[in-house]
Amino acid sequence: MRVALFATCFNDTMWPETPRAVVTILERLGCTVEFPLEQTCCGQMLTNTGYAREAVGLVERFADVFEPYDAVVAPSGSCVGSVRHQHAGVARDCGRPDLALRASAGAGKVHELSEFLVDVLGVTDVGAAFPHRVTYHPTCHSLRMLRVGDKPLQLLRAVRGIDLVELPGAEECCGFGGTFALKNADTSVAMGSDKAAHVRATGAEVLVAGDNSCLAHVGGLLDRQRAGVRVMHLAEVLASTEVDRAQSHEPGATGRGQR
Amino acid sequence: MSATFVGMPAFPTAAREALGNAQQRRNLRHATHTIRDKRARVVAEVDDWEELRVAGAAIKDHVLTHLDTYLEQLEESLTRAGATVHWASDAAEANRIVVDLVRATGSQEVVKVKSMATQEIELNEALEAAGIDAWETDLAELIVQLGHDRPSHILVPAIHRNRAEIREIFLREMGAVGEPAPAGLTSEPRELAEAARTHLREKFLRAKVAISGANFAVAETGTLVVVESEGNGRMCLTLPETLISVVGIEKVLPTVADLEVMLQLLPRSSTGERMNPYTSMWTGVTPGDGPQDVHVVLLDNGRTSALADDLDRQALRCIRCSACLNVCPVYERVGGHAYGSVYPGPIGAVLNPLIRGTSSAVDKSLPYASSLCGACFDACPVRIQIPDLLVRLRTRVVDEKRGGLPSGEEIAMKGMAWVLGDADRLERAQKGSELGGRLLRRRTSLGRLPGPLSAWTDARDAPTPPEETFRTWWKRERG
Ligand code: SF4
Repeated sequence: MRVALFATCFNDTMWPETPRAVVTILERLGCTVEFPLEQTCCGQMLTNTGYAREAVGLVERFADVFEPYDAVVAPSGSCVGSVRHQHAGVARDCGRPDLALRASAGAGKVHELSEFLVDVLGVTDVGAAFPHRVTYHPTCHSLRMLRVGDKPLQLLRAVRGIDLVELPGAEECCGFGGTFALKNADTSVAMGSDKAAHVRATGAEVLVAGDNSCLAHVGGLLDRQRAGVRVMHLAEVLASTEVDRAQSHEPGATGRGQR
Repeated sequence: MSATFVGMPAFPTAAREALGNAQQRRNLRHATHTIRDKRARVVAEVDDWEELRVAGAAIKDHVLTHLDTYLEQLEESLTRAGATVHWASDAAEANRIVVDLVRATGSQEVVKVKSMATQEIELNEALEAAGIDAWETDLAELIVQLGHDRPSHILVPAIHRNRAEIREIFLREMGAVGEPAPAGLTSEPRELAEAARTHLREKFLRAKVAISGANFAVAETGTLVVVESEGNGRMCLTLPETLISVVGIEKVLPTVADLEVMLQLLPRSSTGERMNPYTSMWTGVTPGDGPQDVHVVLLDNGRTSALADDLDRQALRCIRCSACLNVCPVYERVGGHAYGSVYPGPIGAVLNPLIRGTSSAVDKSLPYASSLCGACFDACPVRIQIPDLLVRLRTRVVDEKRGGLPSGEEIAMKGMAWVLGDADRLERAQKGSELGGRLLRRRTSLGRLPGPLSAWTDARDAPTPPEETFRTWWKRERG
């Protein structure tokens, strides 16, 4: 299967190990992965801050770049949420009904990683091994916008050696919320502190989620607390194998994986 | 604390203060989680909850798209049933109508059923200015009124108070306005309720005029419905001679049969009960039974401005159940006062800018007072897409600011859009972050940073950029 990877601008620039992990997983499962170089960003940050007029160009770019593909995969619940749930509305509100139609037509083939693996490829065991105590935070947009349900947990449960512990209050927002983290920093931190406390209560050494932006927020709080808990994207856990462990030192031993 | 919300600061400023109030944080956390869990339990019992939500939304949408027709029908039905209908385009007009009606009775006081519409128009203040005492009879409203406080929740206006605080307020304030609290009052709920009951009974038995709102107004029959838990509403609606109800124009339902859906949705969403203890319905005047002088003030106060837009209109479906407040992570931590309105929480963040406009500091900031987590939509019994409405309101706030001297944010967002508008430009910008990554190679994260970035790093470490972006890696490995 020929699959286009939408890395997302944030991952491309700040967390390249995540899209690299997606490439690893998909190729291991027999997919041919393409990375269309013209891609940039879904425009979510602009849209959610109120700059729809600036975002509409990115909505058009997304349609132009990804229209030729049958399936698009992105390691971010919130970026996929923006594409599927917001793009058509942004186009409509900016007086671009033509683009709104293209956006609606293309929305169905854009998948968040866990959806693609479980629903499209029909796989829950991706051949990963990760012998660590892990807790999983379901990010709001994957949970309530995409409704991925327990697909990420199905994938994690199939990982060899994993000690998966339940996160108390898992479905509560971590408080990141894009520019909310800056515009309402105090409230954002209050929410994140509660999330960090729940994470610490599990005794997990790794906090896993499907969005690096939320992980940067909770991870930033945990780092500031010198909590000794690291954060990792779901894709990186699913990409890990016994071979990796034999060849290298601890995966993700430093804050954000090996760089 | 002042009793009105005029001149409130922007949400983040008010929120910072509220977040520092440890007692209030505890009270709110306990209360919201208790109601949240109760609601989840009783909603889970209903097999067709989703169908009910869809039906509730459909009923409301139908009414809102034919509002003129149903309002005229409601007026006809009410008039036929012996009630007098008044139309108020804004708060000032509604207050004037009510004050005149009370004056005409010669009474110097009124008893009140808890009502969001009268809170919204600040009727108590208008009555006070006219020399008329307005006694709130809902327990939580009574606590707020006696405490010279502001409501912080739609359903439980004193949610920010705990029992010990309530006891103090009762002991300190009740005597000044009526039957004092017993000297040995403890903070046992039963004793507190008894003190309120004794205090209020005197007022119920004396009152000649009552003021209420309505949860629903049925167009076909002219029946008004009040849903409550304590029985104080029933007292107010039956004992006095004159009954004045202030009702938002969006409260109308076509038929009595529509109550079947709404009365399943409301109590479960609101108090987490299968059915509320008291549901009062009255249709104009019943000779020899209950109030003989019945008035209904139909209130617009900005509602029609939300009616024009297909998506904004959803906000008028709201049945004020407060489920969205109880599940909101922002509300849970900040409480209601920071929203600068009697409508706090997610729905307040939408409704206030829609009906008041976005000119004040607080109304401009409300659409941003959300992490867009979506818990409100899942809880809303009439499926209001609150996060989507918030995002559109943000666009409105930004668009209204355009044209002047651009703000730092506008410059940053435009710059970002320019960089992201072209893959080569993005790649050139990424070269800068790769350089930063090489310089910071030994660090895994960054501590405190200066300038606007301090909003992030005051409490959170910041990630360091990698030495190689994904794009660079892909080109090198696969290009
Ligand atoms: S918006 Fe929905 S959940 Fe919130 S108070 Fe209104 S009806 Fe209830």
